[in-house]
Amino acid sequence: MEAFLTKIGAGILRGLTNAGHGTMLLRAIFLQTPHIWKMRREVLVQMHVVLVGSMPLVIVTSVFVGAVTAVQAVYQMQALVPMKFLGVMISKTVFIELGPVLMALVVGSRLCAFYAAELGTMKVTEQLDAMSIMAIDPVRYLAMPRFWAAVTMIPVVTIFADAVAILGGYTISVMTLDISAGVFIEGLQLFYKHSDILGGLIKAVVFGAIIALSGIFNGFNTQGGAEGVGHATMTAVVASCLSVLVADYFLAIILFQIIFQK
Amino acid sequence: MNLEYNIPPPPEQKVADPAKFRGIVMEGVSKSFGPKQVLKETDLLIHKGETLVVFGRSGEGKSVLLKHIVRLLEPDAGKIWVEGEEISEMEVSDLMEMRKQFGFLFQGAALFDSMNICKNVGLMLEEHSGWPMEKISARACEALALVGLMDSDDKLPSELSGGMKKRAGLARAIVMEPEYILYDEPTTGLDPITGDAINDLIIKLQKELGVTSIVVTHDMASAFKVADRMAMLSRGKIVFTGTVDEVRSTDHPMVRQFIEGNSQGPLGAF
Ligand SMILES: Nc1ncnc2c1ncn2[C@@H]1O[C@H](COP(=O)(O)OP(=O)(O)O)[C@@H](O)[C@H]1O
Ligand SMILES: [Mg+2]
Repeated sequence: MEAFLTKIGAGILRGLTNAGHGTMLLRAIFLQTPHIWKMRREVLVQMHVVLVGSMPLVIVTSVFVGAVTAVQAVYQMQALVPMKFLGVMISKTVFIELGPVLMALVVGSRLCAFYAAELGTMKVTEQLDAMSIMAIDPVRYLAMPRFWAAVTMIPVVTIFADAVAILGGYTISVMTLDISAGVFIEGLQLFYKHSDILGGLIKAVVFGAIIALSGIFNGFNTQGGAEGVGHATMTAVVASCLSVLVADYFLAIILFQIIFQK
Repeated sequence: MNLEYNIPPPPEQKVADPAKFRGIVMEGVSKSFGPKQVLKETDLLIHKGETLVVFGRSGEGKSVLLKHIVRLLEPDAGKIWVEGEEISEMEVSDLMEMRKQFGFLFQGAALFDSMNICKNVGLMLEEHSGWPMEKISARACEALALVGLMDSDDKLPSELSGGMKKRAGLARAIVMEPEYILYDEPTTGLDPITGDAINDLIIKLQKELGVTSIVVTHDMASAFKVADRMAMLSRGKIVFTGTVDEVRSTDHPMVRQFIEGNSQGPLGAF
Protein backbone atom coordinates (compact mmCIF):
# COMPACT_ATOMS: atom_id res chain seq x y z
CA MET A 1 0.00 0.00 0.00
CA GLU A 2 2.75 2.36 0.96
CA ALA A 3 4.71 1.44 -2.15
CA PHE A 4 1.60 2.07 -4.20
CA LEU A 5 1.13 5.53 -2.69
CA THR A 6 4.79 6.32 -3.20
CA LYS A 7 4.39 5.36 -6.84
CA ILE A 8 1.38 7.59 -7.28
CA GLY A 9 3.17 10.43 -5.51
CA ALA A 10 6.21 10.03 -7.73
CA GLY A 11 3.96 9.96 -10.78
CA ILE A 12 2.20 13.17 -9.78
CA LEU A 13 5.53 14.81 -9.01
CA ARG A 14 6.93 13.80 -12.38
CA GLY A 15 3.80 15.07 -14.09
CA LEU A 16 4.12 18.43 -12.36
CA THR A 17 7.84 18.71 -13.11
CA ASN A 18 7.16 17.92 -16.75
CA ALA A 19 4.36 20.47 -16.82
CA GLY A 20 6.83 23.00 -15.42
CA HIS A 21 9.47 22.15 -18.01
CA GLY A 22 6.79 22.16 -20.70
CA THR A 23 5.87 25.69 -19.68
CA MET A 24 9.52 26.68 -19.95
CA LEU A 25 9.62 25.20 -23.45
CA LEU A 26 6.50 27.18 -24.33
CA ARG A 27 8.15 30.34 -23.06
CA ALA A 28 11.30 29.62 -25.09
CA ILE A 29 9.15 29.09 -28.18
CA PHE A 30 7.43 32.44 -27.68
CA LEU A 31 10.80 34.14 -27.18
CA GLN A 32 11.99 32.71 -30.51
CA THR A 33 8.79 33.59 -32.36
CA PRO A 34 10.09 36.97 -33.61
CA HIS A 35 12.41 34.93 -35.88
CA ILE A 36 9.46 33.26 -37.55
CA TRP A 37 9.87 35.17 -40.81
CA LYS A 38 13.41 33.88 -41.18
CA MET A 39 12.14 30.35 -40.57
CA ARG A 40 9.19 30.70 -42.93
CA ARG A 41 10.27 27.87 -45.20
CA GLU A 42 10.45 25.42 -42.34
CA VAL A 43 7.08 26.66 -41.05
CA LEU A 44 5.54 26.01 -44.48
CA VAL A 45 7.11 22.56 -44.65
CA GLN A 46 5.65 21.72 -41.25
CA MET A 47 2.24 23.12 -42.18
CA HIS A 48 2.33 20.89 -45.21
CA VAL A 49 3.03 17.91 -42.93
CA VAL A 50 -0.05 18.67 -40.83
CA LEU A 51 -2.38 19.47 -43.69
CA VAL A 52 -1.69 17.40 -46.72
CA GLY A 53 -0.51 14.20 -45.09
CA SER A 54 -3.55 14.01 -42.81
CA MET A 55 -6.23 14.49 -45.45
CA PRO A 56 -7.20 10.84 -46.06
CA LEU A 57 -7.36 10.30 -42.31
CA VAL A 58 -9.44 13.46 -41.81
CA ILE A 59 -11.89 12.63 -44.57
CA VAL A 60 -12.52 9.04 -43.54
CA THR A 61 -12.84 9.94 -39.86
CA SER A 62 -15.17 12.86 -40.50
CA VAL A 63 -17.49 11.17 -42.98
CA PHE A 64 -18.11 8.36 -40.55
CA VAL A 65 -18.40 10.66 -37.55
CA GLY A 66 -21.09 12.65 -39.39
CA ALA A 67 -22.84 9.50 -40.50
CA VAL A 68 -22.88 7.83 -37.12
CA THR A 69 -24.04 11.03 -35.43
CA ALA A 70 -26.99 11.13 -37.83
CA VAL A 71 -27.90 7.50 -37.28
CA GLN A 72 -27.66 7.77 -33.51
CA ALA A 73 -29.55 11.05 -33.41
CA VAL A 74 -32.40 9.67 -35.48
CA TYR A 75 -32.58 6.63 -33.20
CA GLN A 76 -32.73 8.77 -30.07
CA MET A 77 -35.16 11.30 -31.47
CA GLN A 78 -37.66 8.73 -32.83
CA ALA A 79 -41.18 9.96 -32.30
CA LEU A 80 -40.07 12.27 -29.48
CA VAL A 81 -38.39 15.12 -31.30
CA PRO A 82 -39.38 16.40 -34.73
CA MET A 83 -36.84 15.57 -37.43
CA LYS A 84 -36.30 19.25 -38.21
CA PHE A 85 -34.04 19.26 -35.15
CA LEU A 86 -31.76 16.63 -36.67
CA GLY A 87 -29.60 19.16 -38.49
CA VAL A 88 -29.08 21.31 -35.44
CA MET A 89 -28.17 18.32 -33.31
CA ILE A 90 -25.59 17.12 -35.76
CA SER A 91 -24.08 20.53 -36.43
CA LYS A 92 -23.80 21.51 -32.78
CA THR A 93 -22.18 18.28 -31.65
CA VAL A 94 -19.81 18.36 -34.60
CA PHE A 95 -18.80 22.03 -34.33
CA ILE A 96 -18.47 22.21 -30.59
CA GLU A 97 -17.28 18.80 -29.57
CA LEU A 98 -16.70 16.04 -32.07
CA GLY A 99 -14.84 18.03 -34.72
CA PRO A 100 -12.18 19.59 -32.49
CA VAL A 101 -11.80 16.68 -30.09
CA LEU A 102 -11.67 13.89 -32.62
CA MET A 103 -9.27 15.80 -34.84
CA ALA A 104 -7.07 16.46 -31.82
CA LEU A 105 -7.11 12.77 -30.98
CA VAL A 106 -6.73 11.37 -34.49
CA VAL A 107 -4.73 13.93 -36.45
CA GLY A 108 -3.15 15.12 -33.22
CA SER A 109 -1.78 11.70 -32.29
CA ARG A 110 -0.40 11.28 -35.75
CA LEU A 111 1.37 14.62 -35.55
CA CYS A 112 2.48 14.24 -31.95
CA ALA A 113 4.03 10.84 -32.70
CA PHE A 114 5.78 12.31 -35.72
CA TYR A 115 7.27 15.19 -33.75
CA ALA A 116 8.37 13.02 -30.84
CA ALA A 117 9.93 10.31 -32.98
CA GLU A 118 11.69 12.73 -35.32
CA LEU A 119 13.08 14.99 -32.62
CA GLY A 120 13.79 12.03 -30.33
CA THR A 121 15.89 10.38 -33.02
CA MET A 122 17.72 13.65 -33.55
CA LYS A 123 18.38 13.77 -29.81
CA VAL A 124 19.76 10.25 -29.47
CA THR A 125 21.93 10.55 -32.59
CA GLU A 126 23.41 13.80 -31.24
CA GLN A 127 21.93 15.91 -34.03
CA LEU A 128 20.45 18.29 -31.44
CA ASP A 129 23.87 18.59 -29.81
CA ALA A 130 25.40 19.23 -33.21
CA MET A 131 22.89 21.99 -33.78
CA SER A 132 23.67 23.66 -30.44
CA ILE A 133 27.39 23.46 -31.17
CA MET A 134 26.77 25.23 -34.44
CA ALA A 135 25.23 28.04 -32.39
CA ILE A 136 21.81 27.25 -33.84
CA ASP A 137 19.12 27.12 -31.18
CA PRO A 138 17.05 23.92 -31.62
CA VAL A 139 14.06 25.73 -30.13
CA ARG A 140 14.20 28.34 -32.86
CA TYR A 141 15.13 26.00 -35.67
CA LEU A 142 12.98 22.97 -34.82
CA ALA A 143 10.45 23.62 -32.04
CA MET A 144 9.12 27.04 -33.00
CA PRO A 145 8.14 26.21 -36.62
CA ARG A 146 6.52 22.94 -35.56
CA PHE A 147 4.59 24.62 -32.78
CA TRP A 148 3.12 27.34 -34.97
CA ALA A 149 2.39 24.93 -37.77
CA ALA A 150 0.32 22.82 -35.37
CA VAL A 151 -1.39 25.79 -33.72
CA THR A 152 -2.50 27.24 -37.05
CA MET A 153 -3.18 24.10 -39.06
CA ILE A 154 -5.05 21.97 -36.51
CA PRO A 155 -7.92 24.53 -36.58
CA VAL A 156 -7.86 24.50 -40.39
CA VAL A 157 -8.06 20.72 -40.36
CA THR A 158 -10.90 20.99 -37.83
CA ILE A 159 -12.95 23.36 -40.01
CA PHE A 160 -12.49 21.06 -42.95
CA ALA A 161 -13.43 18.07 -40.81
CA ASP A 162 -16.55 19.89 -39.55
CA ALA A 163 -17.67 20.48 -43.14
CA VAL A 164 -17.01 16.90 -44.20
CA ALA A 165 -18.80 15.54 -41.14
CA ILE A 166 -21.91 17.66 -41.78
CA LEU A 167 -21.82 16.53 -45.38
CA GLY A 168 -21.54 12.93 -44.22
CA GLY A 169 -24.47 13.38 -41.85
CA TYR A 170 -26.50 15.02 -44.59
CA THR A 171 -25.80 12.28 -47.11
CA ILE A 172 -26.68 9.48 -44.71
CA SER A 173 -29.82 11.26 -43.50
CA VAL A 174 -31.12 11.95 -46.96
CA MET A 175 -30.14 8.67 -48.55
CA THR A 176 -30.86 6.12 -45.86
CA LEU A 177 -32.87 7.71 -43.08
CA ASP A 178 -35.79 9.13 -45.03
CA ILE A 179 -35.11 12.72 -44.07
CA SER A 180 -35.74 15.25 -46.80
CA ALA A 181 -32.94 17.57 -47.83
CA GLY A 182 -35.06 20.63 -47.03
CA VAL A 183 -35.77 19.51 -43.48
CA PHE A 184 -32.12 18.73 -42.82
CA ILE A 185 -30.87 22.08 -44.14
CA GLU A 186 -33.56 24.01 -42.33
CA GLY A 187 -32.47 22.21 -39.16
CA LEU A 188 -28.85 23.22 -39.72
CA GLN A 189 -29.81 26.89 -39.61
CA LEU A 190 -32.26 26.56 -36.77
CA PHE A 191 -30.29 27.52 -33.69
CA TYR A 192 -27.03 28.25 -35.46
CA LYS A 193 -24.70 30.59 -33.56
CA HIS A 194 -21.32 31.88 -34.71
CA SER A 195 -20.06 31.13 -31.23
CA ASP A 196 -20.45 27.40 -31.90
CA ILE A 197 -17.90 27.45 -34.68
CA LEU A 198 -15.76 30.02 -32.90
CA GLY A 199 -15.75 27.99 -29.69
CA GLY A 200 -14.75 24.87 -31.60
CA LEU A 201 -11.93 26.79 -33.26
CA ILE A 202 -10.62 28.15 -29.98
CA LYS A 203 -10.58 24.59 -28.69
CA ALA A 204 -8.68 23.50 -31.79
CA VAL A 205 -6.05 26.21 -31.27
CA VAL A 206 -5.46 25.12 -27.69
CA PHE A 207 -5.40 21.46 -28.70
CA GLY A 208 -2.87 22.27 -31.43
CA ALA A 209 -0.61 23.84 -28.82
CA ILE A 210 -0.99 20.84 -26.50
CA ILE A 211 -0.23 18.37 -29.28
CA ALA A 212 2.85 20.24 -30.47
CA LEU A 213 4.22 20.82 -26.98
CA SER A 214 3.81 17.20 -25.97
CA GLY A 215 5.52 15.91 -29.12
CA ILE A 216 8.36 18.42 -29.05
CA PHE A 217 8.95 18.20 -25.30
CA ASN A 218 9.11 14.41 -25.24
CA GLY A 219 11.25 14.37 -28.36
CA PHE A 220 13.76 16.85 -26.95
CA ASN A 221 13.99 14.90 -23.70
CA THR A 222 14.47 11.46 -25.19
CA GLN A 223 17.07 9.32 -23.45
CA GLY A 224 18.79 6.20 -24.74
CA GLY A 225 18.55 4.57 -28.14
CA ALA A 226 15.76 3.13 -30.25
CA GLU A 227 13.87 2.03 -27.17
CA GLY A 228 14.11 5.55 -25.80
CA VAL A 229 12.58 6.95 -28.99
CA GLY A 230 9.76 4.40 -28.78
CA HIS A 231 9.15 5.31 -25.19
CA ALA A 232 9.21 9.04 -25.87
CA THR A 233 6.74 8.64 -28.73
CA MET A 234 4.36 6.58 -26.62
CA THR A 235 4.54 9.02 -23.71
CA ALA A 236 4.01 11.96 -26.04
CA VAL A 237 0.85 10.52 -27.59
CA VAL A 238 -0.65 9.42 -24.28
CA ALA A 239 0.11 12.77 -22.64
CA SER A 240 -1.29 14.65 -25.62
CA CYS A 241 -4.57 12.66 -25.69
CA LEU A 242 -5.13 12.91 -21.95
CA SER A 243 -4.33 16.61 -21.87
CA VAL A 244 -6.68 17.25 -24.77
CA LEU A 245 -9.57 15.53 -22.98
CA VAL A 246 -8.92 17.33 -19.71
CA ALA A 247 -8.47 20.67 -21.46
CA ASP A 248 -11.69 20.03 -23.38
CA TYR A 249 -13.64 19.93 -20.12
CA PHE A 250 -12.17 23.17 -18.82
CA LEU A 251 -12.57 24.88 -22.18
CA ALA A 252 -16.20 23.82 -22.26
CA ILE A 253 -16.75 25.54 -18.93
CA ILE A 254 -14.78 28.65 -19.81
CA LEU A 255 -16.21 29.05 -23.29
CA PHE A 256 -19.81 27.93 -23.04
CA GLN A 257 -20.63 28.64 -19.41
CA ILE A 258 -18.77 31.92 -19.04
CA ILE A 259 -17.69 33.68 -22.22
CA PHE A 260 -20.43 32.85 -24.71
CA GLN A 261 -23.14 32.79 -22.06
CA LYS A 262 -23.43 36.55 -21.86
CA MET B 1 46.49 -4.61 -7.81
CA ASN B 2 48.46 -1.61 -9.01
CA LEU B 3 51.08 -2.17 -6.34
CA GLU B 4 53.25 -4.25 -8.58
CA TYR B 5 53.41 -1.44 -11.14
CA ASN B 6 55.31 1.72 -10.51
CA ILE B 7 52.85 4.34 -11.63
CA PRO B 8 54.12 7.91 -11.49
CA PRO B 9 51.78 10.62 -10.16
CA PRO B 10 49.62 12.45 -12.69
CA PRO B 11 51.30 15.40 -14.38
CA GLU B 12 50.92 18.83 -12.83
CA GLN B 13 48.62 20.81 -15.15
CA LYS B 14 47.64 23.91 -13.26
CA VAL B 15 48.13 27.48 -14.37
CA ALA B 16 48.46 30.32 -11.91
CA ASP B 17 45.73 32.44 -13.46
CA PRO B 18 43.36 30.61 -15.81
CA ALA B 19 41.71 33.91 -16.67
CA LYS B 20 44.92 35.01 -18.41
CA PHE B 21 45.68 31.72 -20.18
CA ARG B 22 45.45 31.74 -23.97
CA GLY B 23 43.86 28.40 -24.78
CA ILE B 24 41.69 26.07 -22.77
CA VAL B 25 41.99 25.16 -19.09
CA MET B 26 40.05 22.39 -17.40
CA GLU B 27 40.45 22.38 -13.67
CA GLY B 28 39.13 19.72 -11.33
CA VAL B 29 36.32 18.67 -13.66
CA SER B 30 34.17 15.86 -12.29
CA LYS B 31 31.21 14.27 -14.02
CA SER B 32 28.99 11.38 -13.04
CA PHE B 33 26.14 9.69 -14.83
CA GLY B 34 24.00 8.16 -12.12
CA PRO B 35 26.30 6.13 -9.89
CA LYS B 36 29.05 6.00 -12.50
CA GLN B 37 31.75 8.64 -12.11
CA VAL B 38 33.32 9.22 -15.50
CA LEU B 39 35.61 12.19 -14.86
CA LYS B 40 37.32 12.56 -11.49
CA GLU B 41 38.74 16.02 -10.88
CA THR B 42 40.34 16.00 -14.28
CA ASP B 43 42.87 18.74 -15.09
CA LEU B 44 43.89 19.49 -18.65
CA LEU B 45 45.59 22.33 -20.50
CA ILE B 46 45.33 22.99 -24.20
CA HIS B 47 47.70 25.61 -25.50
CA LYS B 48 46.68 27.91 -28.31
CA GLY B 49 47.82 26.61 -31.69
CA GLU B 50 48.78 23.11 -30.63
CA THR B 51 47.31 19.78 -31.56
CA LEU B 52 46.63 17.79 -28.44
CA VAL B 53 45.75 14.14 -28.76
CA VAL B 54 43.73 12.63 -25.93
CA PHE B 55 43.93 8.88 -26.00
CA GLY B 56 42.63 6.14 -23.79
CA ARG B 57 40.50 3.04 -23.88
CA SER B 58 36.92 3.22 -25.07
CA GLY B 59 34.43 4.05 -22.37
CA GLU B 60 36.99 6.04 -20.38
CA GLY B 61 35.17 9.33 -20.96
CA LYS B 62 37.04 10.88 -23.87
CA SER B 63 33.85 11.98 -25.63
CA VAL B 64 32.46 13.23 -22.34
CA LEU B 65 35.61 15.28 -21.80
CA LEU B 66 35.34 16.83 -25.24
CA LYS B 67 31.69 17.76 -24.75
CA HIS B 68 32.51 19.65 -21.56
CA ILE B 69 34.74 22.05 -23.47
CA VAL B 70 31.80 23.42 -25.46
CA ARG B 71 29.34 23.09 -22.57
CA LEU B 72 27.29 20.35 -24.17
CA LEU B 73 27.70 18.73 -20.78
CA GLU B 74 28.05 20.67 -17.56
CA PRO B 75 30.52 19.46 -14.93
CA ASP B 76 29.28 18.40 -11.49
CA ALA B 77 32.34 20.15 -10.09
CA GLY B 78 35.29 22.03 -11.52
CA LYS B 79 35.69 24.80 -14.03
CA ILE B 80 36.61 25.28 -17.65
CA TRP B 81 38.10 28.42 -19.18
CA VAL B 82 38.23 29.14 -22.87
CA GLU B 83 40.56 32.02 -23.70
CA GLY B 84 40.29 33.27 -20.16
CA GLU B 85 36.52 33.10 -19.93
CA GLU B 86 34.88 30.72 -17.53
CA ILE B 87 32.25 29.01 -19.66
CA SER B 88 29.80 27.91 -16.99
CA GLU B 89 29.17 31.55 -16.12
CA MET B 90 28.67 32.69 -19.69
CA GLU B 91 25.36 34.15 -20.82
CA VAL B 92 23.68 32.09 -23.53
CA SER B 93 24.45 34.73 -26.15
CA ASP B 94 28.16 34.75 -25.23
CA LEU B 95 28.17 30.96 -25.27
CA MET B 96 26.74 31.02 -28.79
CA GLU B 97 29.44 33.46 -29.88
CA MET B 98 32.08 31.23 -28.33
CA ARG B 99 30.70 28.13 -30.04
CA LYS B 100 31.03 29.80 -33.42
CA GLN B 101 34.80 29.63 -32.83
CA PHE B 102 34.56 25.86 -32.46
CA GLY B 103 34.25 23.04 -34.95
CA PHE B 104 33.14 19.73 -33.49
CA LEU B 105 33.38 16.39 -35.22
CA PHE B 106 31.06 13.96 -33.44
CA GLN B 107 32.04 10.35 -32.99
CA GLY B 108 28.93 9.30 -34.93
CA ALA B 109 29.14 12.30 -37.30
CA ALA B 110 25.65 13.52 -36.18
CA LEU B 111 24.70 14.74 -39.66
CA PHE B 112 21.20 16.17 -39.98
CA ASP B 113 19.48 13.33 -41.76
CA SER B 114 16.70 15.41 -43.27
CA MET B 115 19.22 17.56 -45.18
CA ASN B 116 21.58 16.63 -47.96
CA ILE B 117 25.33 16.81 -47.42
CA CYS B 118 25.75 20.22 -49.02
CA LYS B 119 23.03 21.72 -46.82
CA ASN B 120 24.52 20.03 -43.75
CA VAL B 121 27.86 21.62 -44.45
CA GLY B 122 26.45 25.01 -45.45
CA LEU B 123 23.89 25.33 -42.66
CA MET B 124 26.13 27.17 -40.26
CA LEU B 125 27.10 29.68 -42.95
CA GLU B 126 23.44 30.14 -43.84
CA GLU B 127 22.68 30.93 -40.24
CA HIS B 128 25.64 33.08 -39.31
CA SER B 129 27.50 34.47 -42.31
CA GLY B 130 24.83 36.53 -44.05
CA TRP B 131 26.43 35.52 -47.36
CA PRO B 132 24.41 34.99 -50.55
CA MET B 133 23.46 31.39 -51.33
CA GLU B 134 25.94 31.00 -54.22
CA LYS B 135 28.84 31.95 -52.03
CA ILE B 136 27.64 29.59 -49.31
CA SER B 137 27.36 26.61 -51.62
CA ALA B 138 30.73 27.42 -53.16
CA ARG B 139 32.30 27.44 -49.71
CA ALA B 140 30.46 24.24 -48.74
CA CYS B 141 31.73 22.52 -51.89
CA GLU B 142 35.23 23.70 -51.11
CA ALA B 143 35.01 22.14 -47.64
CA LEU B 144 33.63 18.92 -49.14
CA ALA B 145 36.48 18.83 -51.65
CA LEU B 146 38.96 19.02 -48.76
CA VAL B 147 37.59 15.74 -47.42
CA GLY B 148 37.18 14.16 -50.86
CA LEU B 149 33.42 14.26 -51.05
CA MET B 150 32.78 16.72 -53.88
CA ASP B 151 30.74 14.17 -55.82
CA SER B 152 28.37 13.36 -52.98
CA ASP B 153 27.10 16.82 -52.12
CA ASP B 154 23.48 16.10 -53.09
CA LYS B 155 23.27 12.82 -51.23
CA LEU B 156 21.40 12.35 -47.98
CA PRO B 157 23.40 11.10 -44.98
CA SER B 158 21.52 7.78 -45.11
CA GLU B 159 23.03 7.20 -48.55
CA LEU B 160 26.62 7.45 -47.32
CA SER B 161 28.91 4.87 -45.77
CA GLY B 162 30.14 5.34 -42.21
CA GLY B 163 33.49 6.71 -43.33
CA MET B 164 31.87 9.13 -45.75
CA LYS B 165 29.58 10.38 -42.99
CA LYS B 166 32.60 10.98 -40.81
CA ARG B 167 34.24 13.00 -43.55
CA ALA B 168 31.06 14.99 -44.22
CA GLY B 169 30.92 15.71 -40.49
CA LEU B 170 34.50 16.92 -40.69
CA ALA B 171 33.67 19.20 -43.62
CA ARG B 172 30.81 20.63 -41.56
CA ALA B 173 33.13 21.19 -38.60
CA ILE B 174 35.69 23.16 -40.60
CA VAL B 175 33.45 25.15 -42.93
CA MET B 176 33.41 28.26 -40.74
CA GLU B 177 37.20 28.16 -40.37
CA PRO B 178 36.97 27.88 -36.59
CA GLU B 179 39.87 28.61 -34.27
CA TYR B 180 39.36 25.40 -32.35
CA ILE B 181 38.46 22.02 -33.78
CA LEU B 182 37.49 19.13 -31.56
CA TYR B 183 37.79 15.79 -33.31
CA ASP B 184 36.11 12.78 -31.75
CA GLU B 185 37.82 9.76 -33.30
CA PRO B 186 38.34 11.31 -36.75
CA THR B 187 39.92 8.22 -38.31
CA THR B 188 37.87 5.46 -36.71
CA GLY B 189 35.97 3.53 -39.35
CA LEU B 190 37.99 4.91 -42.24
CA ASP B 191 40.20 2.82 -44.49
CA PRO B 192 43.93 3.41 -43.84
CA ILE B 193 44.41 5.59 -46.89
CA THR B 194 41.45 7.86 -46.23
CA GLY B 195 42.44 7.89 -42.57
CA ASP B 196 45.88 9.17 -43.46
CA ALA B 197 44.38 11.81 -45.74
CA ILE B 198 42.38 13.01 -42.74
CA ASN B 199 45.60 13.11 -40.69
CA ASP B 200 47.14 15.29 -43.38
CA LEU B 201 44.11 17.54 -43.32
CA ILE B 202 44.31 17.95 -39.54
CA ILE B 203 47.98 18.92 -39.87
CA LYS B 204 47.27 21.24 -42.78
CA LEU B 205 44.53 23.07 -40.88
CA GLN B 206 46.89 23.61 -38.00
CA LYS B 207 49.80 24.78 -40.16
CA GLU B 208 47.84 26.99 -42.55
CA LEU B 209 45.07 28.39 -40.40
CA GLY B 210 46.69 28.12 -36.99
CA VAL B 211 43.86 25.98 -35.70
CA THR B 212 44.04 24.63 -32.16
CA SER B 213 42.95 21.01 -32.20
CA ILE B 214 41.98 18.40 -29.68
CA VAL B 215 41.94 14.97 -31.22
CA VAL B 216 40.35 12.13 -29.30
CA THR B 217 41.43 8.80 -30.67
CA HIS B 218 42.72 5.36 -29.94
CA ASP B 219 44.29 5.03 -33.38
CA MET B 220 47.91 5.43 -32.27
CA ALA B 221 49.35 5.70 -35.78
CA SER B 222 47.13 8.71 -36.37
CA ALA B 223 47.89 10.06 -32.90
CA PHE B 224 51.66 9.96 -33.41
CA LYS B 225 51.31 11.61 -36.79
CA VAL B 226 49.15 14.60 -35.87
CA ALA B 227 50.06 15.29 -32.25
CA ASP B 228 52.20 18.04 -30.82
CA ARG B 229 51.39 16.80 -27.38
CA MET B 230 49.53 13.78 -26.10
CA ALA B 231 47.54 13.09 -22.96
CA MET B 232 46.30 9.77 -21.70
CA LEU B 233 42.93 9.52 -19.99
CA SER B 234 42.41 6.61 -17.66
CA ARG B 235 39.88 6.05 -14.89
CA GLY B 236 38.66 9.61 -15.06
CA LYS B 237 42.07 11.26 -14.83
CA ILE B 238 44.76 12.48 -17.16
CA VAL B 239 47.52 10.10 -16.12
CA PHE B 240 50.24 11.21 -18.50
CA THR B 241 51.06 14.08 -20.82
CA GLY B 242 54.03 14.49 -23.10
CA THR B 243 55.27 15.03 -26.61
CA VAL B 244 55.14 12.28 -29.19
CA ASP B 245 58.74 11.33 -28.43
CA GLU B 246 58.09 11.31 -24.71
CA VAL B 247 55.12 9.01 -25.22
CA ARG B 248 57.15 6.69 -27.40
CA SER B 249 59.99 6.47 -24.93
CA THR B 250 58.20 6.65 -21.58
CA ASP B 251 58.23 3.73 -19.22
CA HIS B 252 54.93 4.78 -17.64
CA PRO B 253 53.33 1.35 -17.38
CA MET B 254 49.83 2.43 -18.42
CA VAL B 255 51.04 4.25 -21.51
CA ARG B 256 53.32 1.36 -22.43
CA GLN B 257 50.52 -1.14 -22.08
CA PHE B 258 48.24 1.00 -24.23
CA ILE B 259 50.63 1.69 -27.10
CA GLU B 260 51.81 -1.89 -27.14
CA GLY B 261 48.23 -3.11 -27.10
CA ASN B 262 49.02 -5.54 -24.32
CA SER B 263 46.20 -7.24 -22.42
CA GLN B 264 48.54 -7.66 -19.42
CA GLY B 265 49.27 -4.56 -17.40
CA PRO B 266 47.99 -1.99 -14.94
CA LEU B 267 44.96 -1.15 -17.06
CA GLY B 268 43.67 -4.72 -16.93
CA ALA B 269 41.99 -6.32 -19.90
CA PHE B 270 38.34 -5.62 -19.21
N1 LIG C 1 24.63 10.86 -21.70
C1 LIG C 1 25.12 9.86 -20.97
N2 LIG C 1 24.35 9.24 -20.04
C2 LIG C 1 24.83 8.25 -19.29
N3 LIG C 1 26.06 7.76 -19.39
C3 LIG C 1 26.89 8.30 -20.29
C4 LIG C 1 26.46 9.38 -21.12
N4 LIG C 1 27.49 9.73 -21.92
C5 LIG C 1 28.51 8.91 -21.59
N5 LIG C 1 28.17 8.05 -20.61
C6 LIG C 1 29.03 7.04 -19.99
O1 LIG C 1 30.27 7.63 -19.76
C7 LIG C 1 31.31 6.72 -20.05
C8 LIG C 1 32.30 7.34 -21.00
O2 LIG C 1 31.72 7.50 -22.26
P1 LIG C 1 32.50 8.12 -23.49
O3 LIG C 1 32.97 9.47 -23.14
O4 LIG C 1 31.58 8.02 -24.65
O5 LIG C 1 33.72 7.13 -23.68
P2 LIG C 1 34.84 7.20 -24.80
O6 LIG C 1 36.12 7.39 -24.07
O7 LIG C 1 34.81 5.88 -25.47
O8 LIG C 1 34.51 8.31 -25.73
C9 LIG C 1 30.67 5.48 -20.60
O9 LIG C 1 30.69 4.50 -19.60
C10 LIG C 1 29.27 5.87 -20.90
O10 LIG C 1 28.41 4.83 -20.60
MG1 LIG D 1 33.90 8.36 -27.54
